[in-house]
Amino acid sequence: MQMPDPDQTILARREEIANHLRTIVPGEGVVVSPQELRVYESDGLTAYRQPPLLAILPETAQQVSEILAYCHAEGIKVVPRGSGTSLSGGALPLADGILLCMGKFNRVLDVDYDNRCVVVQPGVTNLGITKAVEQDSFYYAPDPSSQIACSIGGNVAENAGGVHCLKYGLTTNNLLGIEMVLIDGSILRFGGKHLDSPGYDLLGLMTGSEGLLGVVTEVTVRILPKPETARALLLGFPSSEQAGDCVAAIISEGIIPGGMEMMDKPAIEAAEAFVQAGYPLDVEALLIVELDGPQAEVDHLIGRVSEISGNCGAQTSRTSQNEEERQLFWAGRKAAFPAIGRLSPDYYCMDGTIPRNKLPHVLRRMREMSTDYGLRVANVFHAGDGNLHPLIMYDANNPGELERAEDFGSDILRLCVEVGGVLTGEHGVGVEKRDLMSEMFTEIDLKQQLRVKCAFDSKALLNPGKVFPELHRCAELGRMHIHKGKLPFPDIPRF
Amino acid sequence: MNRLKPENAQQLEDTVKWALSSGSTLEILGSGSKKALGREVDCSCQLDLSGLRGITLYEPAELVLSARAGTPLQEVIETLRAENQYLAFEPLDYGPLLKGQSDTGTVGGMIASNLSGPRRLKAGAARDHFLGFSAVSGRGETFKSGGRVVKNVTGYDLMKLLAGSFGTLAVMSDVTFKVLPAPPEEKSYLLAGLSDAEASRAMILALNSACEVSSAAHVPVSVARDLKGCAGEKSVTAFRLEGHAPSVRYRLDRLEKLLESFGKGRITATTESRVLWSSLRDATPLQDEGSSLHSIWRVSVSPAQGWRYVEALNLGPEERCFYDWGGGLIWLSLKGGNNAVKVRELLEKISGHASLVRAPVDAPDRKIPTQPLGAGEHLLFKRIKQNFDPEGILNPGRLYDDL
Repeated sequence: MQMPDPDQTILARREEIANHLRTIVPGEGVVVSPQELRVYESDGLTAYRQPPLLAILPETAQQVSEILAYCHAEGIKVVPRGSGTSLSGGALPLADGILLCMGKFNRVLDVDYDNRCVVVQPGVTNLGITKAVEQDSFYYAPDPSSQIACSIGGNVAENAGGVHCLKYGLTTNNLLGIEMVLIDGSILRFGGKHLDSPGYDLLGLMTGSEGLLGVVTEVTVRILPKPETARALLLGFPSSEQAGDCVAAIISEGIIPGGMEMMDKPAIEAAEAFVQAGYPLDVEALLIVELDGPQAEVDHLIGRVSEISGNCGAQTSRTSQNEEERQLFWAGRKAAFPAIGRLSPDYYCMDGTIPRNKLPHVLRRMREMSTDYGLRVANVFHAGDGNLHPLIMYDANNPGELERAEDFGSDILRLCVEVGGVLTGEHGVGVEKRDLMSEMFTEIDLKQQLRVKCAFDSKALLNPGKVFPELHRCAELGRMHIHKGKLPFPDIPRF
Repeated sequence: MNRLKPENAQQLEDTVKWALSSGSTLEILGSGSKKALGREVDCSCQLDLSGLRGITLYEPAELVLSARAGTPLQEVIETLRAENQYLAFEPLDYGPLLKGQSDTGTVGGMIASNLSGPRRLKAGAARDHFLGFSAVSGRGETFKSGGRVVKNVTGYDLMKLLAGSFGTLAVMSDVTFKVLPAPPEEKSYLLAGLSDAEASRAMILALNSACEVSSAAHVPVSVARDLKGCAGEKSVTAFRLEGHAPSVRYRLDRLEKLLESFGKGRITATTESRVLWSSLRDATPLQDEGSSLHSIWRVSVSPAQGWRYVEALNLGPEERCFYDWGGGLIWLSLKGGNNAVKVRELLEKISGHASLVRAPVDAPDRKIPTQPLGAGEHLLFKRIKQNFDPEGILNPGRLYDDL
C-alpha cells in the first residue's frame, strides 16, 4: 500500500505552519512534539502507522473554518480525525498533512424530545447520544461495536452501521442535519430538524464520504423511543446452509428481527472459550435472532421464529427467559473479536457484503483459501443484511505473514464482488481497500466519483490517498471529448 | 419536437452522446406523470424512458428488486404484492393532483423525485431504500454506483445524490431498491374535534411512546369534510398502527389509554385505514380545489412547530391545510399564485423548506417552485451539476433556473 509522496516544501515549512496555526488555535491546541504525535500515528487499522506533520485540536466551527481556509490557500493537506477507531485507515495521517482532531467538540447541544432529535457536536461518542436520552426511554439506533469510543462525526464520515441495521437502518437513515466546513473555509448547513431537502441531497452524499468532502462540525440525529422489550433466540445448526436457509425463511415469513447474527464454528469455539456464554460446541453455525418491540409482538414472533428454525433443522434452540440471559447470548458475539485475539497474536478483520443466499458458497471458498494460504479464518456475519466479517488470524512477527493475510483478505473481497456483493459494508474503503476499488468499479465509475470530489475540493487537499486508487487532476477530469457527426444510431425510434 | 425513445441502455447512451454532439437539450420523461411538478423546461428534444421497461431481478427472500427505469411503478407494486411485500416508503402518487390520473408513474421518476408517503416518519423516503443504479451522465458516459445489498459503503453514496435530482445530473437506466415484507395487519386510531395545537400534543405523545405509530396526521375540519372514508364536521387526528395482528391489537390498547385525556377515539377497520392513508398520501381532499384560483404547497418543518407555522401564516377563509408526518409535513391550499414570499419567509426562523405542487397558469410562484438555496449551497449545487452535466443538456432549469 503506497501513500502519495510527501511534499518536501511543506515538510520544510513545518515550523512556520505551526506558528500560523497557533494564531488560530492558541495554547496547547497545536501538537508538534514527536512524542505527543505518536498517539495519533494510526487509527483502528494498526498495521499502518505514520505520524502527521502536526496535529491541531480546534474547539469551534469558526476555528475549523480558519484552519481549512489557511490550508486551502497554502496547499496543505488535511486529514480529519474523530476518535480514531476507523478499521480501514480512514484517519491514517499523512507525513505532509495536518491532522485535524475533532475530539474537543464533545458537547450535547440540544435534546429536543418534541421533535425526537438530538443536536450534538461531532466528537460526542455514539453511545454518548444514547446516554444523554436513555433516562427518558429514548435511544440512538445505529450501534457500531466501537460505540463506546467512536464519535458521531466519524459515524457520519463512515456511514457507520451495527447489528441493528436491518430493522433500524445505517447512520444515513438516522441523520437529520449537519453543519460542515468545506476546504475553502465556508460553513454550510444541510437539513435540520425537518425531513428531506430541496434539490440535491448533500446530507446523504456527505454521509459515508470518508472525510474527503468536508469536515462535520455539528450533527442532528433522530432518536427513537426504546422498544418495550427484547428477547433473543440462540439457534445451532449442523451446517451453514441450514442456518442461511433459516435466515431467509424468517424474512420470507415477514419478520424483520432487531438483530440477526451468525457465527461459524471457529468463531463459536473462540467466543465460548473466552466468555462461556453457553454456546453449543457441536454445531457448525450459530444464529442469534433478537426480536424487539412491544411485549405481545415479541412473544408472538419468538414462537414463530422458533417454529421456523425447527423446520430448518436447528439442532439446538434456546430462548432468553430474562434480560440477563439475553445479554449472555450476545456476550459471546460481542466478544468475538477479542476472543480471536486470544487465539492468534494478530488478526485482520474484513468487511464485505454479499447477497445472503451466496453465504454457503462464500464460506466454502473461504475454507479452501484458508488452506491455500495456511492461515486460519473465523467468521461473524450480520446475517440479516449479508455483511460478513471474516477474521484472518496471523502473526506479524513471522516474516511475510502480514502480507499473506492481506492477500487472503483481498481475495475474500474479490470473491464478495464476484458473487454480486461489495468491498465494504460498514468499515469504509480508507487506505485498506483503496487499491481494490477497480474490482468493483470501472474507470468511468471511479472518475465520476472523483468529479464529485472536484466539486467540493478541487485541489484534493482533504484526506488524499484514501478511497481512490488513483488521483486525477480536476482539470483533466473536467475535459470533454465530444465527437461531432451525424446521428450514429438511426435505429432509435423517434416520434 | 423530437421525441427519442431508446429501447435499451446502449441506445440511451447513444442518445445522450448524440444530444451532446448536436447541441441538443433533453427533457427526461418516464411517463410524464410529474411533468407539471417543479419548473418547466424548455428543451429541444424529449427523452422518453418508457421503452426501458421490465423487472430484471426480484428475490423476495433477499428483499431486493431491480428494474429498468421506465418500468411502471404500478407493475412493481403489484409484483411485490403477490409476495406480500411492499415499498415501505409508500411513494405518493402526484397523478391525481397534477393530472387527475392515478398510478401512471415509473420507478425512475419515483427515485428522481425522491417520493415518500405518510410512513416517511418510520420508514424513510425513496432515498433510504435506493441501493444502486446504472445511469448515463451528461458527459454521455454510462456509470454505476451502489449494488444490490443493503449494507454498502464502497465509494460515495451517489444514490443519495440522484434521488431527488429530477434528472438534472444523469439519466438512470436501471435502478435497484430494497423492499420489505408488508405488514399483515393495519388499523388506525382516530380522535375527533382536536384543535391544531391539541393534535400536535397528541401526536408528540403517541410518537414518543413505544406504541410504534407508523404515521400520524391531523386534518382540520375544513379539510376533514372532504376526507375519503371518514368525512365529517369535526377535525380528525389519525394514528396508524401496522404489523403482526397480536402486536397491533396490543398497541391499539396501549395507545387508547395513552391518549385518554384527548377524548374517546375510534378504531377503524383495516380497509378504512388503508383508504384513509392513501387519501392523505396523495392529498386527495385538495385534489378538486379550483385549480385556476388556488395553489397547493408542501411544506416540511420540524414536526412540533408545524401548527405554529400555520398559525403564523394566518390562512384566509377559503384557504386550508392538513398535517402529516406528526405535524412535520403541511399540505397547504392557498388562494392565488403569489404566495412564495409569505410561505418561505416564516421558514427562516424555523428549519424547513416549501415546495410548490400546483399553481394557476402564469402564477409567479411557478418560477421558483423549489426552495431557494443559500449562496454557498447554491455554488456547490452548480459545481456538482457542472461535474455531471457540463454542457447542461439534462433537464436544464428543472430544479433551479441555472442548474
